[in-house]
Amino acid sequence: MAEIIWGLATSHVPSIGAAMDNAKTHDEYWSPLFEGYQPARDWMAQHTPDVVLVIYNDHANAIDLDLMPTFAIGTASHFPVADEGWGPRPVPPVLGHPELATHIVESLVDDEFDITVANQLQVDHGLTVPLSVYTPEPGDSWPCPVIPVLVNVLQYPQPTAKRCYALGQAIGRAIASYPENIKVAIFGTGGMSHQLSGERAGLINESFDHMFLDKIQTDPEELTRITREEYIREAGSEGIELIMWLVMRGAMNPVITRIAETYHVPASNTAAALALFENSENPS
Amino acid sequence: MSSKPDIEGTYVFGIEDNRRGYALNKLCSTFTSAENRQLFLGDEASYCDKFDLSPEQRSAILERDWVKMLDLGGSIFYIFKLAQLDKKSVQYLGGIFTGMSTEEFIAELKAGGRHFG
Repeated sequence: MAEIIWGLATSHVPSIGAAMDNAKTHDEYWSPLFEGYQPARDWMAQHTPDVVLVIYNDHANAIDLDLMPTFAIGTASHFPVADEGWGPRPVPPVLGHPELATHIVESLVDDEFDITVANQLQVDHGLTVPLSVYTPEPGDSWPCPVIPVLVNVLQYPQPTAKRCYALGQAIGRAIASYPENIKVAIFGTGGMSHQLSGERAGLINESFDHMFLDKIQTDPEELTRITREEYIREAGSEGIELIMWLVMRGAMNPVITRIAETYHVPASNTAAALALFENSENPS
Repeated sequence: MSSKPDIEGTYVFGIEDNRRGYALNKLCSTFTSAENRQLFLGDEASYCDKFDLSPEQRSAILERDWVKMLDLGGSIFYIFKLAQLDKKSVQYLGGIFTGMSTEEFIAELKAGGRHFG
């Protein structure tokens, strides 16, 4: 049986990737963030999964205005790194895990979660920056295969927080029913509070972020009762990305252990955070 | 009537915005190709002619009226690709949207960001 061993919640700000790509992580601006990552990185390096699921959103690259799936899963054997308008990031190509991805799709649809299947998908910073947070120096290849899980957060109506959590629970059941004995890590990405446009551009809401960082472990159900409007009002028009952390949380066990956490303002225009959780044993 | 929330100082991009801003956003989406970026920079006006832009959208693009682009259905994630062609950062845009210089906007973020409500 496949097993989720840990979950990583992390912002996916493009400039975090650019800081790594351009060797700026020791600069005064960036060093507090990257120093904050280190305990989590050390722990993850000692607890390596066989495959990771990355819950993320595309940013007008692979998914455009013509088709806007609410949820989608990449089932391909490889995912090219997207040129987002300034050339692709200099990172390795992303290899998929078609067998597990296909199993998850079948299990989700049998579970009445009608997910979109992406047979071809270019992956953008929403996926590659979290991989770099996990593995800062991948060399020629990422340490394991990756299954992209896409959530629409760009166009209203986004899925509700409750639905994201339910999707995570369904993904958790799908992984638990996979017959092979493999270890899986799951990444919930995006956030925390930020808003890029409008007169509220530059919005940061530390108290909301800290509440969310706490409850994602201890009381995710409460976070599922927050409306889309409240997410946008409190965390900003892009801060609604936080609903993707709930997909990760839903896939994990009711009790999880916090391994590491860091929170830093600003990374570009964003409150950046990382929270790493080990999946505790299910009570039997 | 749409249930899309109305939040002061905030663009919530919805289906109606997608419809209104389609040509503008579509144009910006083509900047994911290096060849298209060169074509646009070589002759911006002709490039605009390939898309079914409204006259207002066309002039907003050519004049780099970033607020107007958003008002005309632009999505920040598409418009940002045009800003990147101009080598303008998201902090530059933040300054434009809030009536600040880029430096002032960066300073506000370094001081913990902007707080509302």
